Amino acid sequence: MTSTTTRSVSNERNAVPPRSRQGRAGRIGATTSKYVVLVVASVITLLPLVVLVITAFKTKREFATTGPLQWPKDWFNFDNFVTAFTDGNMALGFRNTSIVLVVSLAGTILIGSMTAYAIDRFEFRMKKLVIALFLVATLVPGVTTQVATFQIVNGLGLYDSLWALIALNLGTDIISIYIFLQFMQSIPKDVDEAAMLDGANKFTIYWRVILPLLKPAIATVVIIKGIAIYNEFYQAFLYAPSPENAMISTALFAFKGPYGSQWQIISAGALLVIIPTLIIFLVLQRFIYNGFTQGATK
Amino acid sequence: MSQVTGTTGGILPTVGASLDVVEQKSAPPRRGVRQRRITPYLFLLLPLAFLLVFTYLPAVNLFWYSVTDWDGIDLNKNFIGLQNYIDIFTKPAFLRVFVVSLYYIVASFLQMGFALYFATVLSFSTRFRNLFKGILFFPTLLNGVAIGLMFLYFFQPNGTLDSVLKLVGLQQLTVQWLGNPDVVNISLASTSIWRYTGLSFILFLGAIQSIPASLYEAADLDGANRFQQFRFIILPGIKRIISLSFILAISGSLAVFEIPFIMTGGTNGSTTFVIQTIQRAFIFRQVGLASAMAVVLLIIVLIVTFIQRKLVPDDEVNLT
Repeated sequence: MTSTTTRSVSNERNAVPPRSRQGRAGRIGATTSKYVVLVVASVITLLPLVVLVITAFKTKREFATTGPLQWPKDWFNFDNFVTAFTDGNMALGFRNTSIVLVVSLAGTILIGSMTAYAIDRFEFRMKKLVIALFLVATLVPGVTTQVATFQIVNGLGLYDSLWALIALNLGTDIISIYIFLQFMQSIPKDVDEAAMLDGANKFTIYWRVILPLLKPAIATVVIIKGIAIYNEFYQAFLYAPSPENAMISTALFAFKGPYGSQWQIISAGALLVIIPTLIIFLVLQRFIYNGFTQGATK
Repeated sequence: MSQVTGTTGGILPTVGASLDVVEQKSAPPRRGVRQRRITPYLFLLLPLAFLLVFTYLPAVNLFWYSVTDWDGIDLNKNFIGLQNYIDIFTKPAFLRVFVVSLYYIVASFLQMGFALYFATVLSFSTRFRNLFKGILFFPTLLNGVAIGLMFLYFFQPNGTLDSVLKLVGLQQLTVQWLGNPDVVNISLASTSIWRYTGLSFILFLGAIQSIPASLYEAADLDGANRFQQFRFIILPGIKRIISLSFILAISGSLAVFEIPFIMTGGTNGSTTFVIQTIQRAFIFRQVGLASAMAVVLLIIVLIVTFIQRKLVPDDEVNLT
């Protein structure tokens, strides 16, 4: 803790020296160094991505004869993308990922909102126990328990099916429950009572009143959970290993073998996986920033 | 799992207390009360079933497997006591994974330092602020396999990194980035920094921006410089999120899996704790041993979290 803060403090001092004595020159120096650092960081961040794009448009011969930083001759050479998409099982990967994504998101929304509704709107005996169960579960890092989870998935007959992934997405997700709970607390209880006076029972209130009001929380959950499921790798790798169950991550991972050193095809495949993410990011930027700040602090 | 049962046990007396409250309230018609009592459980039935089957049952089983020599298939599990744990802490091959975690722990400190710097800088007015913010954050969203393959090429002999070094005249620094056991973990940990700095950055930035602007204005009036503003306004204001990121960083460093698994598969001395566990369980079929390793990791993570909760009391959690 202390080591981190002192380190960043000294960073800060380098970039923005105390103004009082140095005056104008010092301030210009500080501003310049700030932009230099930002530009360098941006270049470091973008460089691997730019090289990925460059490589994806090169022909096999071109790749062998040119360096990684040299522009491709033909920016309209989409052959590698076609090869990656058709031979690389990626069409199937996108299909399976979409199925798992839609079913898991629908399930997560239902489970998360039902849990939040029960905890926030009812008093019942085991309430504290239930809360403790969900709280403690956040401490268990999912990747550690896979050895035992595997036996359960296998025992339920779900091994090597997309259902295994869906079940795990539903059973190990605590963050969305917190997002729903947080949001539920801001919905006034008068809303429930008004509906109750109109003769609605608890299920009607949940389905017709609460769930529609939770829309902003649903949007947040869809974004952060959706991105997590799209990028999920180890569950797909462990629980759905057959080629016909390939998810987008495992389909791309399989490129490592047959395409060995054909980096132009591997790059095209990786780019095909990244492009949807880029589009979503550009379109939903604001929601994504908010979603991540809300989701991760719970 | 002892921690879990401990917590549950600690909760029980308060459950008894809330029971009294429920009894006192039961004045309205009886049928309505009974229905209302069942209703919350109906809502919780499915969520709890999933939670118990996929989170708690595996965790409990893990402890049971860890004291057996089970191979994952055999119908009989022989109880062998603490032998698996003794193996983990005495054989050098197992201890090495802890050394590898150190690289990732150092990397996560650097990552938080970078993130804090950029969050502070970009919380003040800066040209192209949104562009810089977007670029720094974008890697967080990317698919781990895509990142792994991308950096596999980045670190190839004559790959991106070597070409850049040549371009700036530093080719003598070139080594086998992923082939040299002395360097491989630094390369992999750097990839981790590239991947996760954006997440810490956006969390810090969010926290800094939620500090009321009037505080800065008052500080300006009092003649505080940027560094003093950082030291006395920003740092205290984001203490909670820093401590949280710290925990995520430590437990994340111990549970590193994706990047090294995708890029090197754990070769050249880059095996991490989780890679080791997964290999033991699914390749060598030593489920008992792998479970013991998982238990050790689980306990370390719980201890770290517990220490953090003690050091920085989490007063903003309001679940009830």
